[in-house]
Amino acid sequence: QLPPGLYKKVLVILHDSVLPYMNEPTLMMDFLTVAYGIGGAISLLALNGLFILIHQHNLEYPDFYKKLYSLLDPSIYHVKYRARFFHLTDLFLSSSHLPAYLVAAFIKRLARLALTAPPEALLMILPFICNLFRRHPACRVLLHRPAGPADMSEDPYVMEEEEPSESRALQSSLWEIQSLQNHYHPDVAKAAAVLSQSLSEMEDDISGLLELSAAELFDREVKKKAVDVPLEFEPVRGLFGKKNDIFAEHFSLD
Amino acid sequence: SNPFEVKVNRQKFDILGRKTKNDVGLPGVSRSKAIKKRNQTLLKEYKEREKTNVFKDKRFGEYNTKITPEEKMIRRFTLERQQNYGKKNIYNLNEDEELTHYGQSLAEIEKLNDIVDSDSDTEERGTLSAELTAAHFGGGGGLLRKKVPSEQQDEEEEKPKSRKELIEEMIAKSKQEKQERQTRRESALELTEKLDKDWKEIQTLIARKTPKSERKDKEVEKPKPDEYDMIVRELGFEMKAKPSEKLKTEEELAKEEQARLQKLEADRLRRMRGIDEEANKKRPSHVSADDLADGFILDKDDRRLLSYKDGKINIENEEEEEEEEGEEEEEEEGEEGDNENEEESQEESASEDEEDDAADGHSDLESDLESEGEAAENKEEKKDKANENEPQNVEKLDPKREAAKSELPYTFAVPESYETFKCLLAGRTIEQQLIILERIQKCNHPSLAVGNKAKLEKLFGFLLEYIGELATLDLPELRTIDKVVLPLYNLCQMFPEAASDSIRFILRDAAHDLEEVIEVKGRATLPGLDTLIYLKIVSLLFPTSDFWHPVVTPAFMYMSQLLTKCRITTLQDVIKGLFICCLFLEYVSLSRRFVPELINFLLGVLHISLPKSQAQGYTVVHPFTPVGKNLELLLVCDKEDLKSWEKQNVPLSIVTRLKEASRTEINHTRLSCLALCFDLIKKCAALYESLPSFHEIMHPVRILLTKHMPVNEYPEKMQEWYHSALKELENKVKHYTPLICEKKKPVPLKQYTPKIVKVLEFGRKQAGSKKEQERKQLIQRHKRELKGAIREIRKDNQYLARMQLSEIMERDAARKRKVKELLGSLATQEGEWKAMKRKKWNN
Repeated sequence: QLPPGLYKKVLVILHDSVLPYMNEPTLMMDFLTVAYGIGGAISLLALNGLFILIHQHNLEYPDFYKKLYSLLDPSIYHVKYRARFFHLTDLFLSSSHLPAYLVAAFIKRLARLALTAPPEALLMILPFICNLFRRHPACRVLLHRPAGPADMSEDPYVMEEEEPSESRALQSSLWEIQSLQNHYHPDVAKAAAVLSQSLSEMEDDISGLLELSAAELFDREVKKKAVDVPLEFEPVRGLFGKKNDIFAEHFSLD
Repeated sequence: SNPFEVKVNRQKFDILGRKTKNDVGLPGVSRSKAIKKRNQTLLKEYKEREKTNVFKDKRFGEYNTKITPEEKMIRRFTLERQQNYGKKNIYNLNEDEELTHYGQSLAEIEKLNDIVDSDSDTEERGTLSAELTAAHFGGGGGLLRKKVPSEQQDEEEEKPKSRKELIEEMIAKSKQEKQERQTRRESALELTEKLDKDWKEIQTLIARKTPKSERKDKEVEKPKPDEYDMIVRELGFEMKAKPSEKLKTEEELAKEEQARLQKLEADRLRRMRGIDEEANKKRPSHVSADDLADGFILDKDDRRLLSYKDGKINIENEEEEEEEEGEEEEEEEGEEGDNENEEESQEESASEDEEDDAADGHSDLESDLESEGEAAENKEEKKDKANENEPQNVEKLDPKREAAKSELPYTFAVPESYETFKCLLAGRTIEQQLIILERIQKCNHPSLAVGNKAKLEKLFGFLLEYIGELATLDLPELRTIDKVVLPLYNLCQMFPEAASDSIRFILRDAAHDLEEVIEVKGRATLPGLDTLIYLKIVSLLFPTSDFWHPVVTPAFMYMSQLLTKCRITTLQDVIKGLFICCLFLEYVSLSRRFVPELINFLLGVLHISLPKSQAQGYTVVHPFTPVGKNLELLLVCDKEDLKSWEKQNVPLSIVTRLKEASRTEINHTRLSCLALCFDLIKKCAALYESLPSFHEIMHPVRILLTKHMPVNEYPEKMQEWYHSALKELENKVKHYTPLICEKKKPVPLKQYTPKIVKVLEFGRKQAGSKKEQERKQLIQRHKRELKGAIREIRKDNQYLARMQLSEIMERDAARKRKVKELLGSLATQEGEWKAMKRKKWNN
């Protein structure tokens, strides 16, 4: 009923400057559930208020995890509220009483979506997934399936399925992480490589990584001191003069 | 000393060769020493415990033992003087300092100079004392007089010289000496010059007999004293017949070249996988690319091997030339390389042959240039063939080049600022600019002078700036940039650190600008052509396949930001974006690393080429939106334009001047972009084929291509592109093997058999690395110190308690004594009183 801009503004401040001062916070229940149902960024923002209601005011929300699961789409790694969303998701998934299929579905979906994520998000999500594996050892089959079929022609996981229990995530493996081990960013590749070794017991602290921005990442990279600088040994023959230069095929210097 | 005061620390085992420090202790002595020390420190403190005022000794350096007493006195004296300097007594008008020597006033002595011996005590010693006094007090002249005493004495007898005369004489003498020295030096200089000339004449005749000529040098300078000596020296200096490296056959050269390239490639692969970085770092210098045969290696001379091919000088074939550097050089050639500077400046009208020779000797840069220039002129010649054709081409071209060269001066100083640098290049043709740059490099080669390195490093920065400027022009001079990249590459090979620093600097600035714009406006636009060109140059100068690279990794990050953060609103943006995509592809072409942004962007570009509709089955991410403005940027509806389209390369300058283009042209550019996009997708598919989740990555693209593309409306050529891309996507087998964790190294069980270690040195802990050992040592030392400190504190306390006790005892004793005294006096009083009383009684 509100315009989307206003909606977002209201939801951003709702959890810390509205809800604590209300006598009857449960009154916001309807507003939040509706907002949560809208989808997109507004749902992500409504999550925070909803969490307070569930946590402190005994709100029963049916199919909460299913809804959360369906919120995961490629844009979550690109939106502004990424840090907030993943902070909450981390909270929701921190319970060790969640069924393994659900956690596996979350892991698989997050990993699948990570295939389109920028490096700063990847640096956050990889330790996040590591933590999920640590909390839910039953999910480790995703990483380690020694007795599985030798070769599959299809990924058993069904991305389009809305219901986590139907997604067959537990029968799949995290090939996405394996792909990310080839990521161009050295830190991402290293973080992904951690998953293919056996995990340590301690959980990683991801609070520092949530707010990571591309600019910070760049600064960190640019400030590194190099001992020596390897050089290209193929001699230059002009701007587009490399062997099978892509540019020479499509661009001209005019 | 007293055997009762010695404590012997008994050794359990006698070990030969071990020196023990503490085998005998002197407890009595050390105790008394400790007590003495405490008396001086602790006791003093104890006694002064309630006193707050302190006695401070402000005398300069009173307790400083490092200063000798004399020095101390001098310093104190100066201090005193300094103190008194400011506050002169105003009433004391003529209080001048009186200079003294040995306590006598100097003025006094000067007056008495003439009649010095009249004061002598004894007659016999009169003359001697006169001499002495003269030496002492005669000023500078005295010393001189001492050297030639007899003459001096004579003169003195006639008429004692005045001070002035003496000094004059001295000055004259020194002047004469100076002149003599100068003439000697001049003659020596002349001789050497003459020798040089002779040598130059000879040098053309004998190729590698420098040492001999040097020897001649010496012989001329020094007449040989003895025949024997001469023979000995000759034998010593005799040049052993040094074998010069034999000229290599082409096969050998090719083989070596292959080996070198293999090594470089292996190096690159190792870096790509990011393994063994430590070992890599430890190596003093990177061989991988430093030894590029441009003849501009820092430590080595830029002389090169002369090799022949079919009787002609083998100049070209860069790869062979790469081989040549670092090898034994032909003397003559090297000579030329060294002297090229002067030669070039001197012989302006050098004959063609000579010039040619010199050019050969310098570097392959020139030959590169020649090939470039040549390629520019006759375009039909393929680049592959260029290498073979070069020898002939060079000769063909040479006259022209000569003509161009003759207009330019032969030496250039490195410009100090960017403005002067620009002035230098302004108004020149591309070829001339290149020659200028090349000459700057040669004239200021780091091996020629000390400051040249820094200068050339600066030149690299100027060149980069120049390229940036060329790219930002309204009509970007990309052809020039294309050529200027060569000297840039050469400079980069010379100074990797400086080059990487300056490029990183540029990248950092660009990234910060981007960040600022995003913060202020909330969105950013893609940067200008210059930044794109810089990014392209990065790929030319540095290996992009490294796991981590100080320049390439930031460049990656920056490009990633550009593709994810910048809004795509115009066709130019699309072209720029596609350019960056190409860059990404080129960067990862060897390492096959996965770049999500690239796929996202290509998907987005395809998306904006579709007519507006609800996207189904795929999601576009950030810079693109599924709905909203800026859609249909690449959509072409005009049937005629569709028909008339021909695939052509997108000119880069379109980025700046698209506005003037006609509608048809724009439509054609759009279609070209689309074709480019198809091709990029095809390349991506080929590149990422091996990724386990290839199909998931390409899924949205495939859906878009198969379900949403209006293929039939496209011209045939475009359909070809489309189908080839789609084919590349579809014909990959789906192939999934379940993941299995890498096996952990099994932790070995604890063994109970004793570990036997060779003992290399007794009395030292063996196990552990150096770091561990150091840590252990530190802990040990800390423990020892702690123990010692505790012991000291305990002893201090004991001492203090003892002192307090003795104080109390003393006090008590004094009190007892006093009481006794009092009682005694009272008793005597009493006794006296009683005695008196008794007396009275008796009386």
